[in-house]
Amino acid sequence: MSLPAFAELLERLVFTPGRNAKLALLGQWFAGQPDPDRGIGLAALTEELTFAAAKPAMIRELVAARTDPELWRLSYDYVGDMAETVALIWQPRAGINAPPPTLADIVEALETTPKSDIPALLAGWLDTLDAGGRLALIKLLTGGMRVGVSARLARVALAEWSGQPVEAIEEVWHGVAPPYAPIFAWLEGRAPAPDPRDAPVFRPLMLAHPLEDTDLAALRAEEWRAEWKWDGIRVQLTAGPGGRRLWSRGGEDISAAFPEILAAMEFHGVLDGELLVVREGEVAPFADLQQRLNRKSVTARMQRDFPAAVRLYDLLFEGGEDLRPLPFDARRARLEAWHARTAPARMELSALVAFKSIDALARLRDGARAASIEGLMLKRADAPYVAGRTKGLWWKWKRDPLTVDAVLMYAQRGHGKRSSFYSDYTFGVWREDGELVPIGKAYSGYTDEELAWLDRWIRNNTVNRFGPVREVERALVLEVAFDAAQLSSRHKSGVALRFPRIARIRRDKPAEEADRLAAVMALIGDRPAD
Amino acid sequence: MTAPHPETWLKVTPSGLFCEPGGFFIDPTRAVDRAVVSHGHSDHARPGHAHVLATAETLAIMTARMGEGRAGETQQALPLGEALTINGVRVWLRPAGHVLGSAQVCMEWQGSRAVVSGDYKRRRDPTATGFEPEPCDVFVTEATFALPVFRHPPAEAEITRLLRSVALFPDRTHVVGCYSLGKCQRLVALLREAGWDRPIHLHGAHVALCRLYEALGVPLGELRTATVAKKDDLKGAIVLAPPSAVADRWARRLAEPVVAVASGWMRVRQRARQGGVELPLVISDHADWDELLATAEDVQAPEIWVTHGREDALIHALALRGIRGRALHLVGRGEEEEEEEEEEAAAAEPAAGDSPGRRGLGPATQP
Repeated sequence: MSLPAFAELLERLVFTPGRNAKLALLGQWFAGQPDPDRGIGLAALTEELTFAAAKPAMIRELVAARTDPELWRLSYDYVGDMAETVALIWQPRAGINAPPPTLADIVEALETTPKSDIPALLAGWLDTLDAGGRLALIKLLTGGMRVGVSARLARVALAEWSGQPVEAIEEVWHGVAPPYAPIFAWLEGRAPAPDPRDAPVFRPLMLAHPLEDTDLAALRAEEWRAEWKWDGIRVQLTAGPGGRRLWSRGGEDISAAFPEILAAMEFHGVLDGELLVVREGEVAPFADLQQRLNRKSVTARMQRDFPAAVRLYDLLFEGGEDLRPLPFDARRARLEAWHARTAPARMELSALVAFKSIDALARLRDGARAASIEGLMLKRADAPYVAGRTKGLWWKWKRDPLTVDAVLMYAQRGHGKRSSFYSDYTFGVWREDGELVPIGKAYSGYTDEELAWLDRWIRNNTVNRFGPVREVERALVLEVAFDAAQLSSRHKSGVALRFPRIARIRRDKPAEEADRLAAVMALIGDRPAD
Repeated sequence: MTAPHPETWLKVTPSGLFCEPGGFFIDPTRAVDRAVVSHGHSDHARPGHAHVLATAETLAIMTARMGEGRAGETQQALPLGEALTINGVRVWLRPAGHVLGSAQVCMEWQGSRAVVSGDYKRRRDPTATGFEPEPCDVFVTEATFALPVFRHPPAEAEITRLLRSVALFPDRTHVVGCYSLGKCQRLVALLREAGWDRPIHLHGAHVALCRLYEALGVPLGELRTATVAKKDDLKGAIVLAPPSAVADRWARRLAEPVVAVASGWMRVRQRARQGGVELPLVISDHADWDELLATAEDVQAPEIWVTHGREDALIHALALRGIRGRALHLVGRGEEEEEEEEEEAAAAEPAAGDSPGRRGLGPATQP
């Protein structure tokens, strides 16, 4: 019965806005389903498992053969979604009493069935399923689950269900392929943790908290080290006998888009750094780097026009040696020595910024005007490299203006020459209870290219329509710059932003890592309210 | 002598369907002298008629909703299956299976027979007498869910989904949006059949009709009013409320509610999403596509008149079966329960801070 169970999971996830509720639903799935179905389902949800066997056109043909065209037209017109209309209108042949397929049945049959027999296979499956099951099958085969489950959320769900820390799961995750049987065996205590051996796996990143004035006052200069906060994307470089990988901060493999970085990774170790476009030693604006992001492959011309490089922040592994327990100063010494010895191409150290006092550091920060610098990073000299966001070890001290990383929630078409574009964006931040609450609306700040990209993204990720407004998948992080935050009784969030504008699109940042409402609230009063 | 075609004696008027020789309206949308009323929903049962003929249950429901004296100056109860003659027109009622007391209005004049079904369904409903087809020359059908995408799953399976969700989220309140007449009581009865014997909490708008159902012989088990309950007591509880209240301020009194809505519209995701529904339950008191077509066969009528809903698809499908379909454009039909429920919800629970004990609902008396 696993496809009907998977269908029920999908249906619940689609309608469940709350993160905690999603985690509970996933936990129930892991606990209640056998291998390999639970792993196949997990990979399907996070879109790590895709099938090319069935195209939407094939499914349309199947349903056309069984449906009166006028009734199809009226139905599709009403429902508005092809896959859903097919799922609802499909009339199973009378007398079918075969059991519905399991996910494993489906994976196996698609591997072994000749292409010409796929339509019959599919029709046979559809006949055994109810409407929910049919929709799940169609989504499974054609992709586009859109249930708001990122790979990261799935790993958190595995952590909550099993009691293992999510960091431990992330460390083995990339060493095991779907349906992840060794991971489930480990999480259920039936086997030791899978040993990635030399397989290049992602090590969860250490993250920083934004520095507030109250935190600043407590800092003692001698205990801290400062670096520029470069305006690129945070990456991890993993190289060794098992291969090379470039990971985004969320653990997504972005190697294919940056072959020149991969080629330069002539070492055995794990590095933390900022991916940038650098021309003749000068860091280019973030917009240049954006040209290189989200590509499956890259042309020689792109590599020439937008040359990528990495500013190195940290050394996590040297060879097989795990340096993460060492204090920052010790790791920094190892990083500098390693860099001097190895002299890797396209990789420079991110320099330490010398300062005598916190006041002096503040002046340095205020004086830094290069577009490539977002502000300063403050790192405790004695802090080990700890996965996640442990307060008090690393601070990010961005310079003006105020910014917030918000999640796009709704988009509305603009006016005049923008009337065909979704150009007005309502964005929100996470409240403590896990709900995303809107904090403002912005309709400027982006380039024409960014507008076109946003418009396309919105059309591809719409989950709901209200006249001219589209509600989108809560999956896109926008960095919103603004002049001030004010208390507001008109907004559900209780806060209103002055002159919010889109500073940039954070395609690299998972939605769940967007800012919390409390962080926005903490900014209230930072600026005069005129 | 050939019998007259029903269109010669059953007319569409601005007040609704009018049986000319009988001198009465069926489900008139404005106050008339003589009305025959199929069931108690407000788009079929309007106040202010001089004379109302209906089942005893429908008359009781109308009186409860409209107030004494507004549900017909004179009321006449007609038991299911018993006929009477009004100005030469034979009139009798047969069960429609829609809600308690719901009936099809059957009429015969000079050998010509028409049946106005009102709203109906063919599924079993522990709170309503099941639909019985009446062969006729013209059958007047609803078409609320007249598209082949509407095939309601078994209601029992939807109840199972609700109970599974309660088990998965034991610290949250499950609040189910449902109409106060019919759906609410059917859900309670289905939950009882599924073994849910804990108290079920009600929004104030649902209390009166549940009491009436019980007084009319439909046992519902222990019901409590949600308004006076403590938030902690509502953890793991099931609360029934009007659809307009489930995601509104009223619901703030609930414990981290899982918002469910029980309606045939929940079949389509886009519809379900519009109300912020987290658990859509496809439970309908209307005939689905298959039931509409099966009923057309069962009543053997060569001609079917289609009232409110998606008449295009149904008339097309009837034509494929050799049945003549005709769209009746009746005023004010099909907008029914949603508006009505909102008014009721507002009237029943005007403020967020209700005074405790105002609407205490003790353990139900089992008839």
